[in-house]
Amino acid sequence: MADPIISVRNVRKYFRDTRAIDGVDLEIDKGEYLALLGPNGAGKTTLVEMIEGIQAPDSGEIFIKGKPWKGHEERLHHVIGLSLQETHFIEKLTVRETLKLFAGFYGLKRARVAEILDLTRLGEKENTWVKNLSGGQRQKLALGIALINRPEILLLDEPTTGLDPGARREIWEILKNLQTEFQTTMLLTTHYMEEASYLCEKIVIIDSGKVLAKGTLDQLLIESKCNEIISLSTHQPMELSQLTKITDLAQIELSNDGCAVRILVNDLITVLPAVLKYIDAQKITPRTLECRKMTLDDLFIRLTGRHLTEQ
Amino acid sequence: MEQLKQLVIVHFKEFYREPGIIFWAIVFPILLAIGLGFAFTDSRDERRTIGLIYKNTDSTDWLNEEHFRIFSEGEMKLGNKKLGYTTFHFEETDRDGAMNMIKQGKSTLAISIEADSLNYHFDPANPEARLSYLLLSGYFNGYGDKTGDQIVVLKQTGMRYIDFLVPGLMAMGIMMNCMWGISYNNVDKRSKKLLRRLVATPMKKSNYVIAQFITRLSLSFLEAVLLLSVTHWIFGITITGSIGALLLMFISGNIAFTGIAMLTSSRTSNPQIANGLINLVVLPMMVLSGIYFSYHNFPDDFIRIIKLLPLTILSDAMRSIFIEGRGVLAVLPAAGILISLGAVLYTLALKIYKWY
Repeated sequence: MADPIISVRNVRKYFRDTRAIDGVDLEIDKGEYLALLGPNGAGKTTLVEMIEGIQAPDSGEIFIKGKPWKGHEERLHHVIGLSLQETHFIEKLTVRETLKLFAGFYGLKRARVAEILDLTRLGEKENTWVKNLSGGQRQKLALGIALINRPEILLLDEPTTGLDPGARREIWEILKNLQTEFQTTMLLTTHYMEEASYLCEKIVIIDSGKVLAKGTLDQLLIESKCNEIISLSTHQPMELSQLTKITDLAQIELSNDGCAVRILVNDLITVLPAVLKYIDAQKITPRTLECRKMTLDDLFIRLTGRHLTEQ
Repeated sequence: MEQLKQLVIVHFKEFYREPGIIFWAIVFPILLAIGLGFAFTDSRDERRTIGLIYKNTDSTDWLNEEHFRIFSEGEMKLGNKKLGYTTFHFEETDRDGAMNMIKQGKSTLAISIEADSLNYHFDPANPEARLSYLLLSGYFNGYGDKTGDQIVVLKQTGMRYIDFLVPGLMAMGIMMNCMWGISYNNVDKRSKKLLRRLVATPMKKSNYVIAQFITRLSLSFLEAVLLLSVTHWIFGITITGSIGALLLMFISGNIAFTGIAMLTSSRTSNPQIANGLINLVVLPMMVLSGIYFSYHNFPDDFIRIIKLLPLTILSDAMRSIFIEGRGVLAVLPAAGILISLGAVLYTLALKIYKWY
């Protein structure tokens, strides 16, 4: 098997007393898309910036294509394309001028600028000043700049945050095509579960600087031993002591008023009859009863105790 | 080379697409030179109000007809064509009224009529009051209005206020251009995370700094040429010394202030802090380095310190080329100091520069 294209080994980074990254190991193979998920302040941006060479780890090692950053900056900058969280480009430069500036850094000619304008569908806006672009157009410009050097590795920090679903989907399609056509490798941080599960085959969940889970979506759900959810809401309150008597339950989350419960199970077929029996025995009138597959969102809440967008 | 070319083009576009910057960097110094040039280069008629304090009617016995005529008319014009004319307007008041006039800035001097003389009340530290005193006491002591007879007017190029002012403004233009154009611009880019985005590409940091230096040098040059052309046209300003020496000082000044600007902008990512830091560097030099008025009125110990300021070194050297006709050799020490200062500060700045 080929060596991973990105390799992060036992990396730590501290800011005064805060452990921003606390012993993270990560490997990304060529052509693989990996999503880094975590609530705000989990350490995602710090980790990505260390992989980008912007910050240096306090301990541990990072290798890109088998090379550390130190001494290989010039070469690694050529193979990486990146977009940072909230970069403001020069306001009174046009889209074309901005692309030309960055193309100049890589020694690329005008033809590449035209290709990027075409790829990001910013052709109509090529002579518009950056300050007059919409949020979506600015994100597309940031992506265009990330792609200008035909990078083997893409490092994107929240590339679609704040965009409407249409604009987000446009960016997804561009990224999907890159993987199919050029076997690009990508590390993406995102707040959107849907984005992670649509684009990436591998998912890493981090919180407080530590990796909580990593693998494909299916692997994560299997490993969590709860891949299905029963949601029940009732008119009268239920009691936790009674609910726990139902066999083979992985986790029960009862609402404060006791009128709604989420039961996370690993085998719906065996548990559902027991739940129905409980409803019958307790003479409970169900308001809603829903059974569904567990999503990445559910898994995230289970692992971190927080929603992805929570502060 | 492509990197450098693109960076220079972008820095120029950033400049000329901001009309505000064009005004402050190019138009304002020219307006300032014209305004101050007209205000202080030609003598003109002045009007001054004097508080006249009558103690009581008994005390006026000794006054002669001339005194009575002037005080009753309430106005007197002294001076001549060479010196310019000063019209004194006398306003009768009591002691408190006269003091209030001085406090309010309506007047700088009051005259009280005593039993056998006129007394002059003023702050001797105020040059305007001192001049009024000399003119009035001379006249009333019987010398009449003879001032001006022995005056030889120096109006040749090089001796006027505008000749003093233009080289100073040119030096200040270099300082302002570098401090705001490099320091503020870089902190602004850092605060917007653009600086870190730029250095996350194969862009060479040296190219970035060289491009900024080239842009600022060109813009200072453009500003200086415009300032010189306009003041030459209006006031007949000329460079009596060597153009080569002026160019040398021009480049040395830009090197020194690029170093200072890089050091000033080396750490902070807050444009408001940058604003404060830049003003901290710029304002003392604007006031002390003798741009508008000579620093030789300060105490000697203080002058020794003032002479060490980079803007003083630059403006003094430029002035010596403009007015005293100095050449390259004469300004070499000043150029050497400025270039060394720039190089040391630039090296130091790069060691601590926060690109990310």
